[in-house]
Amino acid sequence: MRILWLLGEWALTSLRDGGRMMIFLGTALCWIFLPPLKWRRMIARIHFIGAKSLLVILLTGVFTGMVLGLQVFYTLTKFGSEAFLGPAVALTLIRELGPVLCALMVTGRAGSALTAEIGIMRITEQIDALQAMALNPMRYLVVPTILAGLIAFPLLTAIFDLVGIYGGYLVGVKLLGIGEGTYFGEMETYVGLGDITQGILKSLSFGLLVTWVCCYKGFYTGYGAEGVSRATTEAVVLSSVLILVWDYFVGSVLL
Amino acid sequence: MSGPMVEMRNVHKSFGGQQVLRGLDLQVTQGEILVIIGRSGGGKSVLLKHLMGLLKPDQGQIVINGQEISRLRGRELDQLRERFGVVFQGGALFDSLTVFENVAFPLREKTRLPEEAIREKALTLLKQVGLADMGHKYPAEVSGGMRKRVALARALTMEPEIVLFDEPTTGLDPIMVNAIHRLILDLHRRVGFTAIMVSHEIPEIFGIADRVAMLHRGAVVEAGTPEAIQASANPVVRQFITGDPEGPIQPD
Repeated sequence: MRILWLLGEWALTSLRDGGRMMIFLGTALCWIFLPPLKWRRMIARIHFIGAKSLLVILLTGVFTGMVLGLQVFYTLTKFGSEAFLGPAVALTLIRELGPVLCALMVTGRAGSALTAEIGIMRITEQIDALQAMALNPMRYLVVPTILAGLIAFPLLTAIFDLVGIYGGYLVGVKLLGIGEGTYFGEMETYVGLGDITQGILKSLSFGLLVTWVCCYKGFYTGYGAEGVSRATTEAVVLSSVLILVWDYFVGSVLL
Repeated sequence: MSGPMVEMRNVHKSFGGQQVLRGLDLQVTQGEILVIIGRSGGGKSVLLKHLMGLLKPDQGQIVINGQEISRLRGRELDQLRERFGVVFQGGALFDSLTVFENVAFPLREKTRLPEEAIREKALTLLKQVGLADMGHKYPAEVSGGMRKRVALARALTMEPEIVLFDEPTTGLDPIMVNAIHRLILDLHRRVGFTAIMVSHEIPEIFGIADRVAMLHRGAVVEAGTPEAIQASANPVVRQFITGDPEGPIQPD
């Protein structure tokens, strides 16, 4: 009996939380289309989510490309088709690893900080203060962040893909001796616009997903320092899991 | 004008089965300073949040200038909130903005005044709270007493009719407590707002209040002039103002 009771309680809480998250998203999306937009806040957010994540993206991008170059080369030599290293690396990056790894890295670097910042604003009554001034916290905090995510994620992903491809080039061409022309030439033949569109669509949806989850968790944080730390952890875990789940579904629909 | 400016009638509110307000009645006259005393966790902050429309009562009415406010939404609620200034417990200053920007924030967001006029007005307010040369600092860089004064300046920026104070002096040294009280009195005399203040500072608040209301178990048990409250025969009030751990109120 007790197990049933616990199961029921768990189901109800999850349902309520899920519903609250969807309402939060719906409200935020409505507010995006209600002017005025807070430009300066959005630019500050783009700087925070985008520009400040550059180093991390460059580092992870180049090493992901290098690892791919190494592993894919090793696999391809078994079939004697090393010539396809270029497209293999590029397609893996553009279609999957670029958007996904980029989103995961930005979640860790910027998403956690967003949740903590909004959570602290909640527990120190700064959000109440906004409301008390008849200013809508959605407009001031959430909308600029979501828009910044939609702008920054595709750009970061593009940079990730680019340096990744050059990382693969470094290993494949400079280290393992594939011809430069082969690496880039085959890439040109096999990578189509559809692959790039898919990558961009994915990164756009991740941009929305990460900023949504992180803003939501901060907005409805619990009490005190413990509440904020729990909200931050939950935001990172939930974002990361949702990124991978969503990636599978988008991939299977778009493939 | 006739009748009270703010009136709460039989307000009930509970959170997750826990009753915080149970049949609260309160009246505030225009221009007075009403201080609400009572134990921590007794529903004082919840009461203030009802007045701002941040919380809705489960039952009962809140009337401000003859308008029932507890069911207001959207634009009407915004108009109501514009008549309030709020000094939050910890100040609730925006920590990404400087002291000056915090005070100027409501003007920048809610008016179309030119930058010059905004600067002048914000500086005048900062001067009134004695912080004219602190404008460039961030809230984290100034002392607790200064933060409370900045919060006071920000609350007055839009010239509100009613100012709510949520423990404006908690955590400050006795000199600063009196300095803030004197500042509030001074501004009250000059600007003429109606003040509703939640405070624990006994006996200091008897010096600034026009009326004092004692909140206990989610209801007002007694309200009256400071003299009447100090002379009260109600054992709950007596125990609270003397701070006696023995009596009808049990420390939990």
